[in-house]
Amino acid sequence: MSLRQITDHAGEWLRGAGPHNEIVISSRIRLARNIAGFPFVNRANRRQRHDVLKRCQDILMSGRISQDVLWVDLVDSNELDRLLLVERHIISRQHATGGTDLPRAVALDASETFAVMVNEEDHMRIQVLRSGMQLSEAFEQINHIDDALEAKLDYAYSPRWGYLTACPTNLGSGIRVSVMLHLPALKLTGEIDKVRRAARDMHLAIRGLFGEGSEALGDLYQVSNQTTLGRSEQEILHDFEHTIVPQIIAYEQQARQALVRQRAAQLDDKIWRAWAILTNARIISSEEVFGLLSHIRLGVNLGRLNTVDIRAINELFLMTQPAHLQKITGKEMERPARQEARATLIRQRLGIR
Amino acid sequence: MEIIKGQKIEKHLCEQHATQEGLTKAVHTPINELLTNFVKVQSGAVTGTGELICDNCGMKFTEFRENSLLGCPQCYIAFEQALTPLLERAQEGASHHVGKVPSRAGTGEQRQQLLLRLRKRLSEAVASEDYELAARLRDDLQRFEEPQP
Repeated sequence: MSLRQITDHAGEWLRGAGPHNEIVISSRIRLARNIAGFPFVNRANRRQRHDVLKRCQDILMSGRISQDVLWVDLVDSNELDRLLLVERHIISRQHATGGTDLPRAVALDASETFAVMVNEEDHMRIQVLRSGMQLSEAFEQINHIDDALEAKLDYAYSPRWGYLTACPTNLGSGIRVSVMLHLPALKLTGEIDKVRRAARDMHLAIRGLFGEGSEALGDLYQVSNQTTLGRSEQEILHDFEHTIVPQIIAYEQQARQALVRQRAAQLDDKIWRAWAILTNARIISSEEVFGLLSHIRLGVNLGRLNTVDIRAINELFLMTQPAHLQKITGKEMERPARQEARATLIRQRLGIR
Repeated sequence: MEIIKGQKIEKHLCEQHATQEGLTKAVHTPINELLTNFVKVQSGAVTGTGELICDNCGMKFTEFRENSLLGCPQCYIAFEQALTPLLERAQEGASHHVGKVPSRAGTGEQRQQLLLRLRKRLSEAVASEDYELAARLRDDLQRFEEPQP
């Protein structure tokens, strides 16, 4: 398997399948783990980083976790490939840029359901990503991977503090549970701020598509736990599955129904204008595309627009981003050229001549 | 209550006094507390300017305050007292792990300490070109790193 093979289709998380997929785009769990006997990454010298990398590579590529694992050395790879992995949510922006040529890598499986970043902030950041609301399945998978790794590696762990991490905000279980939600109706009705406040009170973080500091492009929000110490993995999962996510889904659905009942003309106007621009634009930025795709996605889910299927819309969220666009068209482009190529790609994908 | 726990309370007072006076500890200190204190003494130190520093990786507490990242697992022990209130604030008041325990955690802490020290001695041996010692340390390391039954 190579990076080239994964470019032309949406990753597992954008497949648009899975329970509650009209609102829950994806479920993600990640575990922060460090290997005992080494300093954390920020304090490790080149040789120590290399040693950590080698150990992780040996076990990750041994076939124990999965038969088909792709190892991407991020120092050797080019900038476009690294950005591609960021867009697919396989690695963080921090891991892509690194700012240095210090040893770091990522291992991912063919279906992109799991990925392990090596030498990011912690020695290992293990992640499982699935479509729709599938937190239990994701946890089962990641727990299995963690067990397999742990059978061969000594994790930095203390009975009092749990899994030891470079940043104490990950200390304890080292688990970050996160769901990506599409909340266009809450945004349109202005109720999203209520959700933000409620989330804050529950010690949850709400972020945009690309995590910390990023705007909620395309009305896509990531909700994740902030507390990692003193609560078991099961308790955190239970909260997400039985309280947090069902509640936000219910709010979004109420807002959608309210729009249909009270402001149908305005709603349809938004949806069809989005369609009109996307299918006719000749120059377009990815920010604008995100906003338009969000309204079209809402229109499809509410049955008010049936000129396109949801899968094509989900894929466009990914394919129109800068690295994907350049990979698909096969040429490196500056921003103005990308905006033109983006408009063309959208028309092609939507079957417009 | 007082009668039952009388002895324990008395002992604690003794300990406090002893520490205040700079005297040795009471004899009946539980073994795990002794170990913890031993580790504290081993890995936490104070620089000339009174700054907390981790003996294992050289991270200063002020550096941690600046970038929120610790330098190594030992930092949690070296900075325990200063860290605890910060952790509790960041973690909804929690001060103990609840949840998954690695299956190899049984002797984990001691092994971690040992591995850390062996690795440190190994890099020192390599740096001073004492290859005989380095080879021996490498063998020790390999032996300890084998998965335990």
